[in-house]
Amino acid sequence: MGFVSQVIRDSETYARNRADMLALAEELRGLEARPVALSEQRRERMEAREQITPRDRLARLLDPGMPFLQLHSLAGYMVDSDDPEASVPGASVIIGIGFVSGVRCVVVVDDSGIKAGAMTQMTMAAFLSAQEMALRQNLPFVHLVESAGANLMEYKVELWANGGKLFRNLARLSAAGLPNLAILHGPSTAGGAYMPGLADYVVGVKKNGMAALAGAALVHAATGEKADDRDLGGSEIHASVSGLVEYLAEDDAHGVEMARDVIARLDWNKSLPPRRERSYAEPRLDVDEIAGLVPTDYRIPYDVREVVARIVDGSEFEDFKPRYGVSTVCLQAAINGIAVGIIGNNGPIDPAGATKAAQFIQLCGQADTPLIFLNNTTGYMVGTQYEQAGMIKHGAKMIQAVTSVDVPRITLYIGASFGAGNYGMSGFAYEPDFLFAWPNATTGVMGGEQAAGTMEMVARAGAKRKGEEVDEALLAKQSAAIAAHFDRQAGAFHTSGRCLDHGVIDPRDTRLVLGFCLETCLEGRARKVKPGSYGVARF
Amino acid sequence: MFDAILVANRGEIAARIIRSAREMGLRTVAVYTTADAKALHVALADEAVWIGEGPVGDSYLDAEKILGAAREPGVGAIHPGYGFLSENADFARAVEAAGLVFIGPEPDAIRAMGNKAEAKRLMQAAGVPCVQGYEGADQSDAALTQAAEEIGFPLMVKAAAGGGGRGMRLVMQADAVPQALALARSEAKGAFGSDELILEKAIVEPRHVEFQVFADTHGNIIHLGERDCSVQRRHQKVVEEAPCPVMTPDLRAAMGAAAVEAARAVHYRGAGTVEFLLDGSGAFYFLEMNTRLQVEHPVTEMVTGLDLVALQIAVAQGEALPLTQEDVALNGHAIEVRLYAEDPASGYLPVTGPVDLWQPAVGPGVRVDAGVVEGQEVSPFYDPMLAKIIAQGPTRAAARRRLVRAVEETVLLGTATNAAFLADVLGQPAFVAGEVTTGLLDQVYPQGFPASDPAPRDIALAVAVLMQHDRDAALARAGYVSPDQLGWSSAPLLSRGLSLSAGERRIDASVSAARAGWQVWVGEERFDVTLEGQNRSLRARINGQTVDAVAHVAGDKVQLAVGAERLTFHRLHAGAQEEAAASGGRVTAPMPGLVLAVEAAPGASVAKGDTLAVLEAMKMQHQITAAVSGTVREVHVAAGQQLASGDVMIEIDER
Repeated sequence: MGFVSQVIRDSETYARNRADMLALAEELRGLEARPVALSEQRRERMEAREQITPRDRLARLLDPGMPFLQLHSLAGYMVDSDDPEASVPGASVIIGIGFVSGVRCVVVVDDSGIKAGAMTQMTMAAFLSAQEMALRQNLPFVHLVESAGANLMEYKVELWANGGKLFRNLARLSAAGLPNLAILHGPSTAGGAYMPGLADYVVGVKKNGMAALAGAALVHAATGEKADDRDLGGSEIHASVSGLVEYLAEDDAHGVEMARDVIARLDWNKSLPPRRERSYAEPRLDVDEIAGLVPTDYRIPYDVREVVARIVDGSEFEDFKPRYGVSTVCLQAAINGIAVGIIGNNGPIDPAGATKAAQFIQLCGQADTPLIFLNNTTGYMVGTQYEQAGMIKHGAKMIQAVTSVDVPRITLYIGASFGAGNYGMSGFAYEPDFLFAWPNATTGVMGGEQAAGTMEMVARAGAKRKGEEVDEALLAKQSAAIAAHFDRQAGAFHTSGRCLDHGVIDPRDTRLVLGFCLETCLEGRARKVKPGSYGVARF
Repeated sequence: MFDAILVANRGEIAARIIRSAREMGLRTVAVYTTADAKALHVALADEAVWIGEGPVGDSYLDAEKILGAAREPGVGAIHPGYGFLSENADFARAVEAAGLVFIGPEPDAIRAMGNKAEAKRLMQAAGVPCVQGYEGADQSDAALTQAAEEIGFPLMVKAAAGGGGRGMRLVMQADAVPQALALARSEAKGAFGSDELILEKAIVEPRHVEFQVFADTHGNIIHLGERDCSVQRRHQKVVEEAPCPVMTPDLRAAMGAAAVEAARAVHYRGAGTVEFLLDGSGAFYFLEMNTRLQVEHPVTEMVTGLDLVALQIAVAQGEALPLTQEDVALNGHAIEVRLYAEDPASGYLPVTGPVDLWQPAVGPGVRVDAGVVEGQEVSPFYDPMLAKIIAQGPTRAAARRRLVRAVEETVLLGTATNAAFLADVLGQPAFVAGEVTTGLLDQVYPQGFPASDPAPRDIALAVAVLMQHDRDAALARAGYVSPDQLGWSSAPLLSRGLSLSAGERRIDASVSAARAGWQVWVGEERFDVTLEGQNRSLRARINGQTVDAVAHVAGDKVQLAVGAERLTFHRLHAGAQEEAAASGGRVTAPMPGLVLAVEAAPGASVAKGDTLAVLEAMKMQHQITAAVSGTVREVHVAAGQQLASGDVMIEIDER
């Protein structure tokens, strides 16, 4: 018996929801377009240097028409600037998981069209996340290098201190048996020089590719030597004298072709067990309808099964304990033929819901079934009745289960995700394999309204204790400020700007994103790699 | 009576003969060379006998080897096909001496018709109208020059032993006679072993109309109507049709009777063709008689409903013709074109190369006679004809339309072909109107058939095909990817540059993968391309327009068939671009061929346009001329040497 949708497509609610959601999706695309347009402005200058643009490099590196999942497309949003109109997301880096000569890879491209690819704190956060992704999913790592290095204008000591992790991770990748490759398209100086230094394979592009511990300016400042950048670290000398460069390319496009060839010759999928033949049906219900059925205001309830029915194979699922802990929804379904357990929320998580979810998580762990968490909860239930029913210990069991289960976990913030509810639902700190947000998502310790209300209660109680008159105007102003402070930080674009997820997606892409992530996880787990105690050294 | 036939030929005609023989329940034995090891006729025959490496002189033209192959058990007859030994009286005689049946006329008839001079004398005696000319035994330059002046210009110089356009030259004025004689002699000597020439008054812009005749050994001779083969270039037939568009019942009766008389005069047996020139006034002149099955016999088969090969075999078995002249009915109209491995844009030079994809047209009223299989090489040793495409319809217009479609749908990729040229000829207003003379092609294409640049739309299609090919290759190598993920990216559209070459031209395009297909930019033009189906039957939607195509991708080469266009693109690799060696002083062989003469000597001074050498390829002599003026530094070739395309022949230091 299939799920019967209650969604009425020609209702006013549907139309309003859809208009709101599409406006948010549009805003997302608008934000993503900003770095593209800004970087494009440097095209002429790059072409004058006989270079191709970073995005052209990426497009040539990737297999045409194969899927590509961008990560951290909003990194740095509202971090580089407080002005939502002026802020340019992306942190001058383009990151994603895509295919190079048929090999699924993590790809990082320095967006040298923006501030010469200089690194900021969020660049580093996104970069480290990309490296962790490669390590976790057993993926080769490809870096297209052209960076001015750390942004000295925005220098912070933490940037330097944490920066070492970038190179440590390259060493870890190499030791883990995960090849990493760098193409030197442009400069990679100072600390950046260790990018090629720690890469297993380096393709150096003639004339523009350059790696040196110190460029000519710093050498002159430090030692008085009048050196030439090309002699210090041009691809040509690295290919013939220093031995840093394995493959010398004529130009950018050639370098990318060489990199594709190197990756192809890994024969990376040689030991990957063949995938079991499975057939599956597309959802009976249209995924596009998600935009109309989900209210962008998390306070308006809806049945999360309506969403699930539009992203799982054949729109079919099995409801686990539907009459117990009813607001916590546990479903068994499949995506692209891959069996999954899905946990969603139709409201706050109560003790029954928490135990049900904890049990469900353990069952998925037992059967090695990947888990998908569709976050839309204002948190664990509060109140005397619930505290006495053991909300803390039941919620703790759920958090424990989420922490310990060893199956792939994919988390989507599709509405609210507040407080410890976020923890139980496999939020950021629980390091799910993948974590994406819809543009309407709101996350935080609590909603802005609740925070303001709480603080108002505290203020009134304090005034009463002191026997003071409450300044209603001041209190209202304070409440509004608190609500605004919370809400500003809670929005998906903001949290994504701080790399507290892997990115924001269009809700209509949900099935595709989940399919891609699941396949990435399964492939990574099925893959046999040859770890060693040391990375491969360049002699 | 015989139960097995040796087919002493190759290519489409060998395949054609084998088909009819098998239908009659006869066993067939093919002969083949190393170059033809993968050929179709070898696969179709019951047995195949190897007769040599490649060159025809040591294989298909070697009578001893053919007769040796005929010693296979059970072989009682030899079918010579056309070309090769089909009109060699000595061979026919040797076949009969070996106790085998020669499927063709008596050796004497071959010999009589094989010599143009003797044939003409015979025809004049039999009352068949002939063109004024000289067919005297005195072959001196003086005699021939004097005869030429008596006949007047324009004038045809022909090899007396010739046929098929070889050793034939048109001379417009007196001072060109000596060179024409010299060249025709050498061509005739090389091709037929005899340098005897005849001269004929050239009939200006005539139609070429030929009659199919058939004679049995019981005294019956009939004709099966005519074929109009007026569309010719360099005396090679390009389009043939039946009936002739301007034929009337009276004229057919008169010409048919003349053709039958011609056959009777040489005591003909089997299938033969009497060729006439028909001028604008309705006067006709005997041209020659071909004592074999013609290339263009299918158009006659399609309008008469007869199987001429089966009739040949029946006559050779001693049977009487199964029909009388009154029984011959012509049904509708049929047109044939010849698909050649050649480059019409480079003066129709023969080309060689692989057959990467072969897909003949099918459907009612469409017939494709081919000797082509995928994976074979079109070698320089043999005639470059790959296939004949024939269409029949109730009217000429219907047949023509069908044929245009059949030409478009008959796809051969790998080596260049004349498909676009054929379709263009079939679409010429004069051809559509049926107003065709042998001068048509020179009038329509005075500079030859022009090379056309690929249209931006077709470039976009090539880019999409290449990208989809890359994608599918990646998918095949990839791990766990569901096909419905293809074309999807969560990121803003990524666009990449892509450079292709088409001939000498470099094309820069850019392309993005989109969920629905490919977005291709060619210059300032955007094309949204989606592809459905496989390469052999590709349906593209390009900016909303449906385009059916056939594609073949191998490595960096993408070939497309769109309509009658056959396009080849190469993906250009970054960093690997070499400067084209565009030295005009290096003279290379434009095609594979045999060096007939070298006129340049080291140290000699040459002017641009001077003839440096003569190369014979396929049936033609090609003048190799200097592209620059200067001094000959080195000559790398000598007469008699076989060259591959691109071989350096001569180097000139430019002045």
